[in-house]
Amino acid sequence: MNYKSLGKFLSYKLIRLVLLLVAVSLISFLLIDLSPIDPVKSYIGEVSVSPEQVAKLEAFWGVNEPITTKLINWLGNLLHGDFGTSLIYRVPVIDVISERFFASLTLMFSSWLISGVLGFVFGVLAGMHKGTWIDKAVKVYCYILLAAPTFWIALILLMVFSVDLGWFPTGLGVPVGKLAENVTFFEWLDRLILPAITLSLLGVAQIAMYTRDKLVNVLSDDYILFAKARGENGWNLIKRHGIRNIILPALTLQFLSFNELFGGAVLVEQVFSYPGIGQAAVAAGLRSDVPLLLAIVLFSTLFVFCGNAIADALYNFVDPRIKEGESSE
Amino acid sequence: MSEELLKVSNISISFIQYGSGLKQNILDVISDLTLDISQGEIVAVLGSSGSGKSLLAHGILGILPSNANLSGTMHYRGEPLNQNLKEKLRGDEIALIPQSVKFLDPLMKISEQAIGDCTEEEKEEKKAIQREVFEKYGLSKEVDDMYPFQLSGGMARRVLVSTALLSNPKLVIADEPTPGLDERSIKETLNHLRQMANDNVGVLLITHDINAALEVADKIAIFYAGYVIEIANSSDFTGDGEKLIHPYTKALYHALPQNDFKLTEGHQPLHDELLKYCPYFERCEHPTDICHETIPKLIDIGDKKIRCNRANEFKTGEF
Amino acid sequence: MNKSKNTYYFKKMNLRTKTLLIISLTALILIAIVINSFFIEASSLTTNFPMRNMPPSFEHIFGTDWMGRDMFTRTLKGLGLSIQVGAFASIVSTIIAVILTFVSRLNKYLDSFVNWLIDLFASIPHLLVIILVSISLGGGLFGVIIAVGVSHWTSLTRVLRAEIKQINTFEYIALSKSFGKSNLWITGKHFLPLVLTQIILGTILIFPHAIMHEASVTFLGFGLSPHEPAIGIILSESMKYLATGAWWLAFFPGLSLLLIILIFDLIGDNLRKLLDPTKAHE
Repeated sequence: MNYKSLGKFLSYKLIRLVLLLVAVSLISFLLIDLSPIDPVKSYIGEVSVSPEQVAKLEAFWGVNEPITTKLINWLGNLLHGDFGTSLIYRVPVIDVISERFFASLTLMFSSWLISGVLGFVFGVLAGMHKGTWIDKAVKVYCYILLAAPTFWIALILLMVFSVDLGWFPTGLGVPVGKLAENVTFFEWLDRLILPAITLSLLGVAQIAMYTRDKLVNVLSDDYILFAKARGENGWNLIKRHGIRNIILPALTLQFLSFNELFGGAVLVEQVFSYPGIGQAAVAAGLRSDVPLLLAIVLFSTLFVFCGNAIADALYNFVDPRIKEGESSE
Repeated sequence: MSEELLKVSNISISFIQYGSGLKQNILDVISDLTLDISQGEIVAVLGSSGSGKSLLAHGILGILPSNANLSGTMHYRGEPLNQNLKEKLRGDEIALIPQSVKFLDPLMKISEQAIGDCTEEEKEEKKAIQREVFEKYGLSKEVDDMYPFQLSGGMARRVLVSTALLSNPKLVIADEPTPGLDERSIKETLNHLRQMANDNVGVLLITHDINAALEVADKIAIFYAGYVIEIANSSDFTGDGEKLIHPYTKALYHALPQNDFKLTEGHQPLHDELLKYCPYFERCEHPTDICHETIPKLIDIGDKKIRCNRANEFKTGEF
Repeated sequence: MNKSKNTYYFKKMNLRTKTLLIISLTALILIAIVINSFFIEASSLTTNFPMRNMPPSFEHIFGTDWMGRDMFTRTLKGLGLSIQVGAFASIVSTIIAVILTFVSRLNKYLDSFVNWLIDLFASIPHLLVIILVSISLGGGLFGVIIAVGVSHWTSLTRVLRAEIKQINTFEYIALSKSFGKSNLWITGKHFLPLVLTQIILGTILIFPHAIMHEASVTFLGFGLSPHEPAIGIILSESMKYLATGAWWLAFFPGLSLLLIILIFDLIGDNLRKLLDPTKAHE
């Protein structure tokens, strides 16, 4: 019976996803079309070209055609899996996306994991020692980091660890003069560490604060009182009743954070020149690479949607109160 | 005479609370409470719902919230009952039967909760005891693997009662065990308490249900506006109530449907109305000047305790 | 016992007073910064090449930049601008949230549409929404304000919708309906006053996020133009000088921005505590 409801859930989510992607493509296409961006100009760049060539390019991009025609062309190509060609990288958009997304996913996943684990641990420590210096320290850390602009933290870390201490390279995804494929694991790791730490530092704050508040709440619940009345105490009490009741909400929140995670990655990649999707998004936006920008919007939406859907699934299928409740219907 | 288990002397419990604006109040929830329980005895603390009686249970178990302030002394079998001893005894010699299923961890299976926190070696033995006790209370094997939200009201009550008995306690505190139950389940629950007392366990029954208290308790402590105003034997609640002394107890007795169904006007003073005189002064039919000047002490009259300035006059039946 | 009660009382009494004090004090600081930024004359930001790239000193507590401009003055000016952009953007957000909330009350199709719209915006990364809208409006002050505003209305809309659902269960609402009052009348007469505190609180809670996002997109190059004295611009310029060891160019302006955001966060949190007394006991 659980497979059935899981199937129902998945097909529902799939329909929503399709609707969402259609809406997002429409909205972003309209927004770009409203903008003063001229794809021909941005394609040509600084190179001087003859008027005939300009006319040819204009015909290629469909500049003078009505928006409906442009939109239908673009959507039609999308359905065939053709995202067009990136204007700045001069390769198919899908190639840029797959390469860049891989780099970004590595960055985001590692910091997601680090911040999730550390944040949860700090949150539990603060919550179970409410009012003590541990709690205060964690709270101060969270407040400050939640107020800190991501790119500023990235700048400071870059200054301290790369410029002053020289522990990490100051930028560029791969060492100059090397092809991406030839980068060794350690060279690559070297470039991953600082951006990942930056993102983690910020991610910790949110999850720690949430875990702390949630645990404080749970610890004032009646069942904790009863467990104490039954002689349970200390770490075992926290473990048996506290953590049991906060781990699912915390995990759910962590999956819901994909949106901020992506935003943070864009900023961090920009500061560290990490060759991920965020950096590509900024480049595409600044240099009017419309096909690439639109594709990045679609794929990042897919990414955030997956996080939200997983959070939803956790809530619906793991919590026994909802799981068993449904099956008994 | 059976051994005295718990002796509570002059306990007060208060809270700090924010009022409107920037005001802060001290809330006296329990004032100057004195009580004792012996083996095999059921003592009921009877008070209106929401009057903070439960805090007495929490105070005895040492699980009051941190913003609560507890004063007075307690003794358990002659030993001073301090926080250390409370922590040692709770869940072992002193057990709590909580109010509702909300006191069970919503995400933990029933049998795991009942067994409680124990080492792997103890687990098997405890599991056997749990099964045995559950069986005694008519809880089938399926209940073991259920989550609290799956229990029906009567089932939840039996689970809560049986969890208290797993450790072979000497003192059981039952906190409002009857509300929300049907007639049959109430009877059943009270029978369970009686059985415990027959097994020489001392039972402190905290309730707002006077019928339940009368049916099962040996002694009844009447709780009024945070004060215990009379501790009477339940056998005193008989006839025209002539054995009862405090005017409130009498009024309470007369208000019962099986008696006159007579209501007394007025209401209990609220916790934040700091009292400087007898809590029953406003409603008393026989107040004197002194009643408006001091809070009377709880005094012994025979085997009973009364908090009234004119207790001796009332006792002799002058009114 | 009475005595100890009194001392406790005294020590704990000013928790709320303290909250009010914090709020008014910090509000004062913010207003001072904004007003001050208006009065900073162009002359104090003129280039002064002999004084360029000076580390912090008593004369220039935040140091000077590569054109010899005083970083403290630039930072103050930037903060003033940030606060203004943040204020306008959160107002835009609030207006969107209020409109959508009331639209959702009209009928159940509109309600599910608004619900879907919230889901939609929660699924596109905020930063990309801001970038897209900003590009679409051609950047600049107006573009940033609208872009940031458009991406921050979801949380407040959720809160307001939940609040309205709850109010809907109140009896006098049903009574008004049975008296034949129109939906619009009920909305204006009963709902607006009840959700007003939520709306004000929501605006204040959006504020720090708006400021942070404005700085972020400006830093990335999609926001305010490079001629504006914005914090995002200052920080993105500072990147060019990081390697030369001019740490103060990035450190102080960013720290100041952090403090402003922190102040807003604290004001929001404290206000929420004041308005929600059930939490005040902690």
